[in-house]
Amino acid sequence: MKRIYLDHSATTPVDPQVAELMMKYFVDYYGNPSSVHYYGREVRKALDEARTQVATLIGANPAEIAFTSGGTEADNLAIQGAAKAKLKKGNHLITSAIEHHAVLDTCKHLGKNGYELTILPVDEEGIISVDELKKAIRPETILVSIMHANNEVGSIQPIEEIGKITKQQDILFHVDAVQSLGKCSIDVKAMNIDLLTISSHKIYGPKGVGALYIRKGVRVSPLMFGGAQERKIRSGTENAPGIIGFGKACELAGQRMESERAHLTSLRDKLIDGIMSKIDNVKLNGPSGSKRLVNNVNVSINFIEGESLLLSLDMIGVAASSGSACTSGSLDPSHVLLAMGLSHEVAHGSLRLSLGMQNTDEDIDYVLEELPKIVDRLRAMSPLYTKTSC
Amino acid sequence: MYSDKVIDHFTNPRNVGEIEGANGVGQVGNAKCGDIMRISLVVEEDIIKDIKFKTFGCGAAVATSSMVTEMVKGKTLEEALKVTNSTVAEALGGLPETKLHCSNLAADAVHDAIKNYLEKTKV
Ligand SMILES: Cc1ncc(COP(=O)(O)O)c(C=O)c1O
Ligand SMILES: [Zn+2]
Repeated sequence: MKRIYLDHSATTPVDPQVAELMMKYFVDYYGNPSSVHYYGREVRKALDEARTQVATLIGANPAEIAFTSGGTEADNLAIQGAAKAKLKKGNHLITSAIEHHAVLDTCKHLGKNGYELTILPVDEEGIISVDELKKAIRPETILVSIMHANNEVGSIQPIEEIGKITKQQDILFHVDAVQSLGKCSIDVKAMNIDLLTISSHKIYGPKGVGALYIRKGVRVSPLMFGGAQERKIRSGTENAPGIIGFGKACELAGQRMESERAHLTSLRDKLIDGIMSKIDNVKLNGPSGSKRLVNNVNVSINFIEGESLLLSLDMIGVAASSGSACTSGSLDPSHVLLAMGLSHEVAHGSLRLSLGMQNTDEDIDYVLEELPKIVDRLRAMSPLYTKTSC
Repeated sequence: MYSDKVIDHFTNPRNVGEIEGANGVGQVGNAKCGDIMRISLVVEEDIIKDIKFKTFGCGAAVATSSMVTEMVKGKTLEEALKVTNSTVAEALGGLPETKLHCSNLAADAVHDAIKNYLEKTKV
């Protein structure tokens, strides 16, 4: 069966060039980078190069990068670490309702443990209001954490504008850029970002590795204590093959960014336009055009439920995801879609198709050919659907 | 994560639709989970002669709906009332634990339709 992978926001395949490079650091250069001998030195050199490659992609200095076990750890380190380090100054945190759980649940945890938390709402396109943010700032505000591009609906937040405000008011600004890395240009200096989370496995690198950019002079308390690696910010023997693979993936992402943006945008718009014209009673979730992440398509298909849609797509070889409750194991549909004002029913019928480097025009043609048939079949089964409802 | 039986019932659901002139209809729903199920049935001399379902829900919800219609078709009302949500799940070779809430509808919808029939025929 022909298989089409349209779930790149969940994870991506490792680029063969990345995998090949990593392999050497499993079997040949396996030393501990802290060791003084040859084995250690060779790995240390490669780690230094990786740090430069990662820093270059986001406009940082290599010394401002701390490698972690992934985006989740980097988010936790940024928020818990900054909150703790800044406690003398204040205890108020600001985030948004559509953050990844790695940010939202970390903030909520702090909110129950001595910190004050403001969760900003979003509009129907999934974008926060800068005015609301300004109003939420108090003298004791120490940290604003707002994601760059949302992982479910692809909405891009006004990071530059926020960065100006936080800089002016001397508040730390953390940005989760896991989904935008390699797809949007990021310049931490120009955007006035103090802390930036990135993750390797969304950019054709290995899983289980990420990084936190920490602007020079910004202090975060570590989550883990031990051998004082990563300038004491993140103890633990470095995941050398992973970090080196991440570095390579960043280098490739930088080289490919412009052509990939064009490729993904054209596929994205073809897919969105095709779905909207071929299926009735569908709604695009998230903004269109330049406010939308180049590889994200998210639609709610009324009267049907997301998981049954995913199952049907999987049977014809198409891998996608949904914000339906029944795909998450919890009873509630996506917090992002609910925050955008969707009803439970409409949120349950959401479908996310996230594109990647290897997708082609033919892949999109195939989906546009098959999806309407699946929708018809499921609607024929649905008690919510009546032919006259359109 | 789903058994072959679940996938079979999801792909080829039995007894989909709505019966015009049904003498019992039932609908149960769980707006939170997003599963809604409607059953219509024709009862003659205490026997379920015909039954159809319509379901808005996940794979587990569709499969349990389909399975329950097979299990009670041709049965007496008394027999049908003995079918429970867990016997439906069992008949499908089990459901993933996170999906058990989705199967908590199928038998309930049938019982709801039987209740509707009994109420109608009382008057
Ligand atoms: C926006 C966002 N933040 C954080 C994460 C977590 O990253 P990781 O899987 O590397 O822990 C993800 C991945 O799903 C994400 O999309
Ligand atoms: Zn369900």
